[in-house]
Amino acid sequence: MNTEYHISTFVSIKKNFIFLNGEKWFSVDTKMSFSEFSKSVYKHLGMEYPKFYKMDHLSKLGILAAETLFNHQGFSPEKEEIALILSNKSSSLDTDVKHQESIATADEFFPSPAVFVYTLANICLGEISIKYNLQTENAFFVFEQMNAEFLSIYASQLLHSGKAKKALCGWVEYYDENFEAFIYLVEKQGKFAHNTETIEKLYKH
Amino acid sequence: MEDLKLELKTKIIEALNLEDIELTDINDDDPLFGDGLGLDSIDALELIVLMDKDYGIKLTDPKEGKTIFQSINTMAAYISEHRTK
Repeated sequence: MNTEYHISTFVSIKKNFIFLNGEKWFSVDTKMSFSEFSKSVYKHLGMEYPKFYKMDHLSKLGILAAETLFNHQGFSPEKEEIALILSNKSSSLDTDVKHQESIATADEFFPSPAVFVYTLANICLGEISIKYNLQTENAFFVFEQMNAEFLSIYASQLLHSGKAKKALCGWVEYYDENFEAFIYLVEKQGKFAHNTETIEKLYKH
Repeated sequence: MEDLKLELKTKIIEALNLEDIELTDINDDDPLFGDGLGLDSIDALELIVLMDKDYGIKLTDPKEGKTIFQSINTMAAYISEHRTK
């Protein structure tokens, strides 16, 4: 049990819904593509960050989840020494496929630099770090499924080492219009004990 | 030439995902980089791909790009002179 730290806030994005600390925070009625949905959330959040539109879907999903959580916290993320520890199943496969399609035939060999730069899952971490000016530790792990135990141990060790004061952790998965994000902020104070059981419970909420 | 300029603006907005930019927001002599549209280095590479893919123009010298991509006017003039498709 890693009860030295706590979870103060958690955000889930599934299909056309966003939940903040377990409560429905945003939803759209009609079935939307991720592009449409992400644009709706961007506007709902009142974001003014044109670079958002240039990102791949995985990075957009991570940014929207982080923005929802940070807005709720009401702090300036760059002053909080927040490490990033994210994970997913498909890595950057959605973008990898797009890139592969652009180089599949010799006659139509036009790889897009703007697509290619997103062919790594940890670019999602980079985009979050750039947006919020975070100069902290970060890591992106690929698992078959959400691995609460690993994330819990890794975050606790990182915080215990003093390399960060808080850690934004979770699961940010996107592939071919199927997406899901679950992120949570680990820090000294919070409503929920930071341990595997709690993370799994909040994830399944 | 005016048709080409309009076509270029449309292609640039689409290729560079300039979501908040309308055709009328881009003047023919506006700088595309820096204080103008605010494009970055990845956008510059994307424009090089656009020139190749849509107009059959292969740019191999990065210094050329700096001159050609100054504005819609300079791009259109270069494309008119060198296009192969």
